[in-house]
Amino acid sequence: MTDYIIPVLTVGVLIYAAIKRVDVFGAFCEGASEGLKTCADILPALILLIVCVGMFQASGAVEALTNLLKPLCEAVSFPPEAVPLVILRPFSGSGAMAVYNEIAAANGADSFAERVAATLIGSSETTFYTIAVYFSAVKAKKTRYATAAALTADLTAWLVCGITVKLLLGA
Amino acid sequence: MKVILIIIPIVSLIFSALRGNIGELSAGIISKSQEAVELVISICGMMCFWSGLMRVAQKAGLLEKLSKLLSVPLGFLFGDLKKGGKAMSLISANIAANILGLGNASTPLGIAAMKAIALEQQSGDYATNEMIMLAVLNTASLQIIPATAAALRAANGAKSPMEILPCVWIVSAYSLFIAVLSAKLMSKIKARKRGEL
Repeated sequence: MTDYIIPVLTVGVLIYAAIKRVDVFGAFCEGASEGLKTCADILPALILLIVCVGMFQASGAVEALTNLLKPLCEAVSFPPEAVPLVILRPFSGSGAMAVYNEIAAANGADSFAERVAATLIGSSETTFYTIAVYFSAVKAKKTRYATAAALTADLTAWLVCGITVKLLLGA
Repeated sequence: MKVILIIIPIVSLIFSALRGNIGELSAGIISKSQEAVELVISICGMMCFWSGLMRVAQKAGLLEKLSKLLSVPLGFLFGDLKKGGKAMSLISANIAANILGLGNASTPLGIAAMKAIALEQQSGDYATNEMIMLAVLNTASLQIIPATAAALRAANGAKSPMEILPCVWIVSAYSLFIAVLSAKLMSKIKARKRGEL
């Protein structure tokens, strides 16, 4: 079923745009070149972060961390291999991509850990970065309970992510 | 972020030295920088295609339509703001852009919305409940199609990259619900502490 989503959306948007007499070709190219710029913009940070995450993985520190948090993860059906992602996700988008890549490489595509990691990337945001950008825009120094509320949501994502993937896609 | 970038390499070096696998660490640094470039190249196509398609949707007026649709439910979350005011319409546009995954459009709209709230509420250096609600909504992922996650999965050889979609929706819905609930609860608790209730 999910295989229908992208083709149907693509055709739907194109037909709707044609009815509305939008310059589809021009608009698409404009948007796509913005995508290209996004990719170029994330590359420098991604190089640094993939190297850092790779070092962390190769050193065996990730394994130690994973073993440490195993009991806690098992309690909520979260794959311990994906723990580094939970930690890095609120801080950095490129960092999350770097960790995801490591998890996918180590556990294989379509493994439980890889699916959970991808789901977590798709359902959470760079919390600390977003809060910093939004509040610095209005020079609000007292952000009060903003971080606490946002992190509660991130914690919820972590709690339900493993069990959701397990129920829907199997472990 | 700076702290993490310093701590990770130091911890890695110490750990690696203790376990005697410095060789792996050294090889890792060289191959990983190459891997970063390969990853960006392999997700770039999907990222460009998706932002191109979403720009077409935006030009066709889907963003305005969606933001009009959203202004009613959002009115409940931002009860203290003027209905149909500048802040409220920017908030709706920001959330609509988030839902469609228009990353390049949503942040400027969100910042403009924050400024409009500050102007409407004369907040000074104090974050109002409405500002916090908007920021919290933006930290919960509202995007309906997780294009980046799908591109990352495809780059790593997943058979059906979009199969995670229902999972993403469920997890997003949970965390969004908790985000709104905890923001509302925490604002009540703070108000009670100040003796406003």
